[in-house]
Amino acid sequence: MNYKNLLKIAVRALVRNKLRAILTMLGIIIGVASVIAMLAIGEGSKRSITDQVSSMGTNMIMIMPNMQRRGGVSLGASSSMALRYSDVVTLRNESAYLAGISPEVRASGQVIYGNENTQTTIYGVSDEYLEIRKLKVGSGRLFNDSEMRSMAKVCLLGQTVVENLFGENSDPVGLTIRIKNLPFLIIGTLEDKGESGMGQDQDDLILAPWTTVQRRLAAIDYINGIYASAVSEDKSSLATEEITEILRRTHKLKESEEDDFRIMSQSELIETMSNITDIMKYLLGAIAGISLLVGGIGIMNIMFVSVTERTREIGLRMSIGGRGQDILRQFLVESIILSILGGALGVIFGYLIAKGAGGLMNLTTFVSTQSVVLAFAVCFIIGVFFGWYPARKAANLNPIDALRYE
Amino acid sequence: MSNTIIEIKNLRKDYHIGEVTVHALRGVDLQIKENEFVAIMGVSGSGKSTMLNILGCLDKPSNGDYLLDGVDVKTMNRDELARLRNRKLGFVFQAYNLLPRTTALENVELPLFYNSKIKSKERYDRAVNALEAVGLKERMHHMPNQLSGGQQQRVAIARSLVNDPVLILADEPTGNLDTRTSFEIMELFQDLNEKGRTIVYVTHEPDIAKFATRNVVFRDGRIQRELVVSERSYAREILKTLPVENIEEFDA
Repeated sequence: MNYKNLLKIAVRALVRNKLRAILTMLGIIIGVASVIAMLAIGEGSKRSITDQVSSMGTNMIMIMPNMQRRGGVSLGASSSMALRYSDVVTLRNESAYLAGISPEVRASGQVIYGNENTQTTIYGVSDEYLEIRKLKVGSGRLFNDSEMRSMAKVCLLGQTVVENLFGENSDPVGLTIRIKNLPFLIIGTLEDKGESGMGQDQDDLILAPWTTVQRRLAAIDYINGIYASAVSEDKSSLATEEITEILRRTHKLKESEEDDFRIMSQSELIETMSNITDIMKYLLGAIAGISLLVGGIGIMNIMFVSVTERTREIGLRMSIGGRGQDILRQFLVESIILSILGGALGVIFGYLIAKGAGGLMNLTTFVSTQSVVLAFAVCFIIGVFFGWYPARKAANLNPIDALRYE
Repeated sequence: MSNTIIEIKNLRKDYHIGEVTVHALRGVDLQIKENEFVAIMGVSGSGKSTMLNILGCLDKPSNGDYLLDGVDVKTMNRDELARLRNRKLGFVFQAYNLLPRTTALENVELPLFYNSKIKSKERYDRAVNALEAVGLKERMHHMPNQLSGGQQQRVAIARSLVNDPVLILADEPTGNLDTRTSFEIMELFQDLNEKGRTIVYVTHEPDIAKFATRNVVFRDGRIQRELVVSERSYAREILKTLPVENIEEFDA
């Protein structure tokens, strides 16, 4: 029997029982639709998170002091004094892959203007910091070299701080606030940046010269971290290696000693984030996959019922010349058609569900070609796998018994 | 001198049910020539059904020889037998065995689907011709449940004709039909026989057996007697004497 005849026979057999065929497909439709929708939601949230992280600058490299251990007791990362301003100078002079570099010294404390006050973090940085972290001066100006050298008490405010102290849409440039009881002149404000991918307010900060924060507010002689940017995104792993090499050398670390610093690049961070969302995506997909499996078992169930119900038909087909393999193929093709057709409808419904849910819950969704191809492949396998056993049962019937079956 | 279609020598068939062996056929010799019209008779358990299954290549003999149209059936495997049935035999069953929710035309086309040499155009033409031969061309798009019992059996006969077989085998073809319709079906068989078809049918009604040219009576797995029908009935003649009851049967 050729394939055209085979297909025609199988399609006619399915059309004879439209309702049953549709009900059988329903299991597959629901299974595939949920797989597609879940993967679309997972993929969508992965993309929106990566987009947000990228907006913070994909070239960014952070150098933090590594956790110190004394006799097995961790002293916590911020307790480390491993990084000094001299490291910033060395890196700036020796590195070939860095476009900008800035120290970061953090202090947190109460900020007062008049009878308003707020609690925030004051970042002591150099002028290159804004470029690295994709921050922009809104009004006023940035501090200059002489202000950095002289530990001038000047600062720039993030929008959240401005709102908390002065109310919305006010321009506080030229006014003086008190940070930890020291008067600071506001020389500028920062542009609104919004929330980060992690839901963190990126406008709740004050920038000041790093020398001022180090000596006057934190009263320390080391720095909390170094922010740098690679010349381009694809050079960021080279830059990371280079920084490791330079810092290990200048920190005089022996072969056997661990790094006393930790480097995180933004591209690594993106990778970590997408790994996390991938796990979420596959978890959702796996749950949906179970319903697909149930759909497949439904197909097997119906095919078994169908073989029993159509025993006489099978006997007749055999008596007029159908070979065992013809019968086998007919039932197999029927089950494959059911699952593939169910898969196609499932993809369509899954797409609609993803769009609908996306609109309703304000989520980004993305139906990838990969997931559609996967769904079809799985459907085909389900059709063959769950159709095989009933089809074999049909093919092995004895024509005489099958013809007499009541 | 006409060709021999069926040549059976000392044929035996044993069934093993658990440890018991049942001898269904205990040595049968039978010859059927081209254009014969043979009725096989016998009480139940006489071996006539087993004989029909073997004649129809649905079952293989345990012993003895069976040549169908010069082909030795004994050496063939399952698939070869299926092919043989497809090319050389036509089956008519007591219960018609039409596919439900499938038009008369598609039912008749069915055997040709299992012959990949036949293209769809030829398949259609041959099915229409077969339906015309049984007088149901106008009803070819009807479903079985829109046809009377007699019409359904005609569709089944058309299906048995469509592959141009050397032999038509009918298993109690009138068993589910009333007297008048039974005669109509026998009339159709007699017509086909006159046009050169070789037909073998099983029946247990002596009235129906009289339409054949030869009767073969089975008893206890052997042929009890074989006789040429001397006073043959002709269905067309008998139908004329019957009062017309089922007029709607003839509506086109």
